[in-house]
Parts: sequence; structure tokens; C-alpha cells
Amino acid sequence: MTEVVAPTVEAPAAALESRFPGAVTPDARAGYSGYVVAADQLIEVATALRDEMGYDYLSSVTGVDYIADGKLEAVYHACKTTGGPALVLKVQAPREAPVVPSLVNVYPGADFQEREAYDMYGIRFAGHPNLKRILMWEGFAGYPLRKDWKEAYYEGETKPFESRWPGGDFVRAEEKNIFSHNVAYPAGFTPDDWVPESEVSQYPVFDPSTQGEGHGLKTDKLVVNIGPQHPSTHGVFRMLVTLDGETIVNLQPVMGYLHRNHEKIGERNTFLHNMPFTDRLDYISSMSNNLGYALAVEKLMKVKVPERAEYIRVLMVELTRICNHLWAVGFLLNDLGAFFTPALYAIRERELILDFFEATAGSRMMCNYMRFGGVARDLPERIRDDNTLDFLNDMVFNRLPRAIDDLETYLTDNEIIRSRCIGVGVLPPQQAVAFSAAGPLLRASGVAYDLRRADPYSIYDRFDFKVCTRPNGDIYDRYLIRMDEMRESAKICQQVLRDMPTGGDILAGKPAYNVRVPAGESYGRVEGPKGELGFYIVSTGKTNPYRYHVRAPSFINITLLGELCKGHKVADVVAILGSIDIVLGETDR
Amino acid sequence: MYGLGIVKGLWVTVQHFVDTYTDDIRWLSKRYIDPDKLSYRQSSKGKGLFTVQYPEEKLEVPERFRYLPFLLYEEKPDGTKEDRCTSCGICAKVCPPQCIWIERTEDPVTKRPVPAPKAFFIDTDICMNCGYCAEYCPFDAIKMDHDYEIASYDRTGAHVYDKEKLSKPVSYYAGIRPTDYAAEEQARAEAEAKKAARKAR
Repeated sequence: MTEVVAPTVEAPAAALESRFPGAVTPDARAGYSGYVVAADQLIEVATALRDEMGYDYLSSVTGVDYIADGKLEAVYHACKTTGGPALVLKVQAPREAPVVPSLVNVYPGADFQEREAYDMYGIRFAGHPNLKRILMWEGFAGYPLRKDWKEAYYEGETKPFESRWPGGDFVRAEEKNIFSHNVAYPAGFTPDDWVPESEVSQYPVFDPSTQGEGHGLKTDKLVVNIGPQHPSTHGVFRMLVTLDGETIVNLQPVMGYLHRNHEKIGERNTFLHNMPFTDRLDYISSMSNNLGYALAVEKLMKVKVPERAEYIRVLMVELTRICNHLWAVGFLLNDLGAFFTPALYAIRERELILDFFEATAGSRMMCNYMRFGGVARDLPERIRDDNTLDFLNDMVFNRLPRAIDDLETYLTDNEIIRSRCIGVGVLPPQQAVAFSAAGPLLRASGVAYDLRRADPYSIYDRFDFKVCTRPNGDIYDRYLIRMDEMRESAKICQQVLRDMPTGGDILAGKPAYNVRVPAGESYGRVEGPKGELGFYIVSTGKTNPYRYHVRAPSFINITLLGELCKGHKVADVVAILGSIDIVLGETDR
Repeated sequence: MYGLGIVKGLWVTVQHFVDTYTDDIRWLSKRYIDPDKLSYRQSSKGKGLFTVQYPEEKLEVPERFRYLPFLLYEEKPDGTKEDRCTSCGICAKVCPPQCIWIERTEDPVTKRPVPAPKAFFIDTDICMNCGYCAEYCPFDAIKMDHDYEIASYDRTGAHVYDKEKLSKPVSYYAGIRPTDYAAEEQARAEAEAKKAARKAR
């Protein structure tokens, strides 16, 4: 068992404050934690945090618009890979000219996240090598997460909308507001005259005029678009690849095709409204998303979740992890060219797990099962023809271990898989940590960082399980680590079924639809199947979150995609992407 | 030996392949026509192919399955229908995508609200099947349906359900969700007994 060293309880406060007098001040607002850092000292502070205090992992970067104060705030959550809670740093900048130094050189994992914050808030990260929109397109006017920006079918600041009740006169939004009337472009942008710059000049990192290494022949580099409509991209996702022959010189991920501004919707919603929306982030593993969001809100509400509900939650989340990894392994094989036979063998057990979810929560994938302080419903009496407990016992003690063994016999020693995967897309541990990689991607590189141990939540401290790691960080290890994790998850499920109390409450307090959440901020994070899934929430004490941010592992993990693919052949891109395991619902949000 | 891994993998494929045939033979031709066989095949005891030949075969949905809300009405002995809905508006407020529109009835003389909906719309294109309306309705007046075959040729109007299209009798509800129905009836009976006892005192 990998023991995680308990974090040394040294207050970084004193150290930081004395080191940077005047530049680092504790955040004194009620319900807030962490430090406010002066913008001009941010890079020094971050470097000191990383090099001297062990905060080597930048979990999340985002922005908040405090419109009443005329300020935009960049929010950073830094952690130690040895474990412990996140340290929150904030940098404030005036709304009119928000400039914050970029942390890309200190934490390369900030790359896409800073671009996202720029895209959504217009915060200019000085020194960022490639600061432009990432989820929206170039012809988009305004910064959509700013509080004064209104969406096309804007109806009100917060839900519930007045027009629904008591005078509910139904009008289709489309009829009320004609599409072309909603469109606004940035100053100087006219769509009629706009000639899309070629992708090449749009991404100045490419230089196609450079000749390839033709070994005596005169060759040119070639820019190829893989996607957005390509079966290997697992959704609508584009990779802009520069090739020298078949070798990849550069790769730039292009995303946002599935963007719906989940976070703006989340800020219009009430706290409870958001729960079913989280299902649609990583739609393969809705239970984990539910749990992450519920934890973030429960932290602010300070509710205690009943025992039985905690066990049910863990059971659901671990079964979700198994589902996700079965899909990830199955799809990786698809990407390697073994079309759907392994994928279908892999998801056979997933069907039964989904049956269980459906019988319990009412839906196979969009579960919407967790509530603040518990879960929506208790386990059902029966699942299909079986008694629920018999069904679950059979599944976690017999079927799942057997299915994983089967899959292992089927795939692990396969020579084709080995030759396609071993040594391809290698991610060294230092790079993995620097780029904020999370989940199986990080652990396959030998970094034993698993939030269930590093910063335990729910009741994970009660279970005996191993934080699996693999040493090589290639595609093969990422496949193996998922197999290991499925076994560990099955082990946790077995312990849940052994220890779960047979009766008792499943929800703290009475079901309430209009929860008020005390003012403050909270960052709830869980070890989702794809990595660290975090929810940053700011409440002002009302029924709607003031800020709702999702730290999406799929989004941050593909920051690395370009690095991993360089030097490999074009056919390996598909396998490397498959081994990272992304879901576009979460990447694009 | 090089290639042994592939052979091992192929052996697994052969086993799956043989399983599908032996299972077919076991059921003879009944495998695909008998609904009982479908539920067995889909259960954890099933072997062989586990795909479902939709629409010839349909998977049984569990009781808690939720797909689009519907409104409940009581069938009175005299043949009239009485809506359970009091147009309190909780479902409209708790709906995450805000797909419920309710118009409250007003008394024509006093202009005061009457606890019954005058109009009730659900835009099923927007509905995300979360089930909150049913979960938080204090009158058990709106519940989630089991009927998932709602495709139509009209992109606009046909997907906006009005009160008439939404209303279904309580007996239908008791049929699709017997356990929930029984539990709710019991709770109601207990509450009424308590109320009566309090009155008697």
C-alpha cells in the first residue's frame, strides 16, 4: 500500500507574508480563505510556493467578476502532490484594464486555463505565449462570464424566471427573439468582409515554410486537420497537426465546438438546479460529477451527510469509475484499430451497472442522484429479477473481478497492443506534475497522487485500497493503470457492501428545493475517473451561486496532448488521445 | 513465444462466439420472441449476446425510470376528472431548464387565485428529465412517465405539451409505479388519520 506522507502542518501564511511583506495579505472577506497577492509579485510568490514550500501542483486557475467592486479576480488553487488541502491565491485587477502576470512559466499547466479565463473574463495574462480565445471563436463579442454580459435568450439574472408562474404564457424562445437580432461582433469585425485567416497564420507557432528533414530530398511540412468530425476524437474536437512526412512536429488542440457556457448557466441556476447540469459534463460518469458538486456546496452549508448516504455515494462513485475505465479501455482499443469487439466486451458489465443506476436513480447516465446532504432515494428493493443486495454482491464479488481478469487475458499480452503502446506518448513525472495532469494520466507516470488519499473526502479514509502507480508513463501504462484502478474500485465496493448500515436516513434534514447557502467560497474536489474534478463556488448568501467554476480534468489533461505527440507518427496521435481519455462534454463545457 | 498473447486473446473471442451459439440453441427459436426470455437474457444470469433487437424487443424499464413529466387527475365515481395540481408553482420554480409554464386560475368575481391550473405547458424539447418536479411536488400531482417513444414529424408545436396532453389518470400512475404509489397512499392515509385524531381531541 502506498502510504501518503501527511502534509507538514506549517502555515504557509507566516512564511509567505514575511517573505513578501505588503504583497501577500490574507483574504479577510467573510467565508473566504487564502491570500490576496499583489499582481506585480505574483510570479515571485508562485515560484517561492513551488520551489520552497512544496506547492508543486497548480490545480485550478479561474476568474471571478466582482462587478460591485469594479474588480476582476484571478483565483489560483495550488496543492502539494504529497497531499493536503489546496492553497488559494487571488490576484485582483481593475475591470477596465485587467492585467495579471501569466504563470505559464512557473506552472505550464496554467496554459489552457489562463486562456479560458481570458476568453471568459477578458483578463489579460501578461507573458502568456499564446493568449487568445479557446472556447469561443474570434468573431465573438464580449466576455461571456462577466456579470454585465447577457446571453442571446436572456430572460433574467437568476432563475426561477417570473414568466413561468403564475401567468405562464408559453412562448418559444425562438419566436420571441430572431437569431440574427442576437448577434454582436467585436469592434472592427464585419462577418461579410471577414476572410478566415488560414489556420497556419492563425497559429503563429507553426512555420510551414520551414523545410522538412527530407534526408536529401526537398520536402515541405504539411498542416493537417484531424477532426472536428473524426471518429477517433471522441466527439467534436480538432487537432491541428504539423507533419514532417509522417512525423508530428507540432500539434495544437482546437476545442469549444460543444461549448454552451455551462458556468454562465450555472450562475443563473439555483444551487439545486445545477445538479442535473453536472450530469452533462462528463456524461460517462455523472455520479462523480454529482458528488463533486454536492461536496462543494456541502462545505459551505456545513451539513453532515448520514452514514448510509455516504456509503451509497461511495458505491455509486466507484461503480462509475469502473464504468468509465471499461469505456476508456474499450475505446483505446477502438483507437488502436480493434474495432468495437473489445469495446463491447468491456462494456458488458457496464450494462449491469447502468441497470443498477437506472433502478436506483431513474436514469442510466443522467443520474441526478446526489442532493446536498445525501442522496435522492434509497436503493430499490429489486433490480430486474434479483434482490438488490444479491445483485450487487454478485456483481462486485464475482462478476466484476472476473470480467476484469477476462479483459486482461484478452488484451494485456497482445503483441500488437504492446508494440503500439509501449514507449509511445511517454510522459515523465516532472512534466506530468508541472502540466497539472490528473487522474490515471498522472499516476501512470509514477506520481502517487490520488485525492481519495491525498485530501480525503467523504468516507474514503475508512477503506483499504491502494493508490496504483505505474512507472513508465506511456500508453501501455495508462491502459494498465486503469485495469489496476478497476480492481481497487471493486475492492472498495466490496468493503462498502460489507460495512454499509442496513437502514437509516439517506438525506440530512428534509428535502428542500430552495436552499440558501451561506456566503463565502469553497472548492470541492473529488478524484473523478478522469482525474481531479473540482468545483469552485462563490456564494453571496442567496439561492444562486455567484460564481460556479468547474475544474474539468478532460480540459486540463489535453494541455499536454501536443507535448506527448511530438516526434511520434500520425497514427499514434489517435492512440495517445485515447489513452488520455477525454469527454468533450467536460472539455468544452 | 511471440504471438501467444494474440492467441490467448483470440481464445477469449472464440469463447464469446461459442457462447452466443450455445445460448441460441438452448432457447431454440424462442430467444427473440418471448418477452420473458428477454428479461432473463438481460439479467445478470444472461449469457451470449446481450444486445436488444429494438424495436422488435423492448427492454423493460425499472419502476423509477423517468422520462418526461405528466399530470395526474383523479377519476371521480361520477365520471368527472379532478386535477391534483393546485398550480402552486413549485415545479415551475424547481425546474432547472425552466420548461414549465403554469397559468393560475382566478376567480372571475373576486379575482383571487383558485387552486387549479388554467393552463399548463411543458416544452418537452427543453425538459432534461431530471425528475425534480415530481420529487418536490407536495401534492403528488406531477410524476415522471415511462413512455419514451415520442418522436414526431413536427419540430415545433408538437413538442409543447398542454394540460390535456399531459394529464393522465391516477390509475395509470399506479400501474407504472406501484411501489411509489402504495407508499404515497399509505403516507396520505396516515396523515389523514393523524388529522382526524387531532380533530377528535
